[in-house]
Amino acid sequence: MNWYEFILRNQSEVLERSLEHMGLVCASMAISLAVGLPLGIALVSRVKLQRWVIGAANVVQTIPSLALFGFLIPVPWIGGVGASTAIVALSSYALLPILRNTCTGIMEVDPAVVESARGMGMTPRQVLWQVQLPLAAPVLLAGIRVATAICIGITTIAAAIGAGGLGVFIFRGLAMVNNQVILAGAIPAAFLAIAADSGLGYLQRSAART
Amino acid sequence: MTSPSDRFQDGYALEFRGATYRLPSGVSLISGLNLKVAGGETLILLGRSGSGKTTTLKLINRLLEPTEGQILIAGRPGESWDPIKLRRGIGYVIQDAGLFPHWTVERNVGLVPTLEGWPEEKIKARVREMLSLVGLPPEEYAERRPSSLSGGQKHRVGVARALAADPPILLMDEPFAALDPITRADLQREFRALALRLRKTIVFVTHDVREALFLGTQIALLEQGRLVGVYAPAEFLKATEPEVHAFAASLGFDGAHEGAE
Repeated sequence: MNWYEFILRNQSEVLERSLEHMGLVCASMAISLAVGLPLGIALVSRVKLQRWVIGAANVVQTIPSLALFGFLIPVPWIGGVGASTAIVALSSYALLPILRNTCTGIMEVDPAVVESARGMGMTPRQVLWQVQLPLAAPVLLAGIRVATAICIGITTIAAAIGAGGLGVFIFRGLAMVNNQVILAGAIPAAFLAIAADSGLGYLQRSAART
Repeated sequence: MTSPSDRFQDGYALEFRGATYRLPSGVSLISGLNLKVAGGETLILLGRSGSGKTTTLKLINRLLEPTEGQILIAGRPGESWDPIKLRRGIGYVIQDAGLFPHWTVERNVGLVPTLEGWPEEKIKARVREMLSLVGLPPEEYAERRPSSLSGGQKHRVGVARALAADPPILLMDEPFAALDPITRADLQREFRALALRLRKTIVFVTHDVREALFLGTQIALLEQGRLVGVYAPAEFLKATEPEVHAFAASLGFDGAHEGAE
């Protein structure tokens, strides 16, 4: 039996796992955006703190994902087995690229433009929303793109702590020593990653054009 | 009235009273500056790099706050102005124009009127008027992006933007420095005509003596954060201060006594 035959025969489960996978990714991305964007904006003018926070996010990034999922299981409130633990871990991984690109994106906006915006009497909020964020958008979107790709990849590991997703096939296939089953999880996951990446890449390019 | 347009009330549109700006590190960029600018005057702040010209300019629109002393704008101390309101009443043009690259020329020029909440029709009309004033036909330029403009055109848009809300005071920070000599000469001529016509109070930063002599009604020479003196253009080259001589020498004059004209 080929991997695509396996997928065809198990269509409904593959679809369900894919939706689960996307759900985990979307929830984690939503959280890391909700944390990363405001935090990144707040850190732009605090250079020292920025180094520390980005350093910390960098350290999180170096923890092997399987280990991080494991570490989180015994932690009260956020830990345990299941999707919520996975979302905590996934959003920590997605945080670094979002945080870093928010900071660098805003800091790379031409200082002459920001200065004339302030000098013409825009309030700090207007400078942020009408000048800095639109001009930082391509860099910001690049960060979101990287974060999404990382997230889709690592979500396959989340099946190890019972969070579901396409990783379920991968771990099942490993246990069964059956490559077809592994591929039935890996290939849709790769497809998701490519689709998300090209979609966000398109957004990024159109943001860069304006 | 909350704009600096009640400018002539106290005789001086701008006044520096012992203004000092010191960095947290203790270095003074401006020390004890005393300077008065009458309404309608074009004051040139002349000096080399690092002499404190730009700092002086930024003290006026409160992009920087003096660490000592005071700056009066239209007779009122700077700190009593709401900085946002104050800046909307002061036009500001910087070297590479600082146009918003993601906005059309029209939106760029209409910035301050939009911030001030003018009705849309009035903004549109005003933008057209301003673009024509700086020699850019609106029907050709309004929809364009700054990236499709030449350096000189960007500068014109920058001036149109600064003038759009009809501010009584205009600050210009080396606006022509990055342009080629021919464009620069053109714009200097046009700007002088414009300044004479509009009767704004203008503070203009430059390191170019020629430009200072050509555009200024008063020239304030700064050296290492201190004011050397304020001169009428006709008197500038006759001044005896050694700092003036250094500048005059840059013109290629020998004894610095050949006069401004």
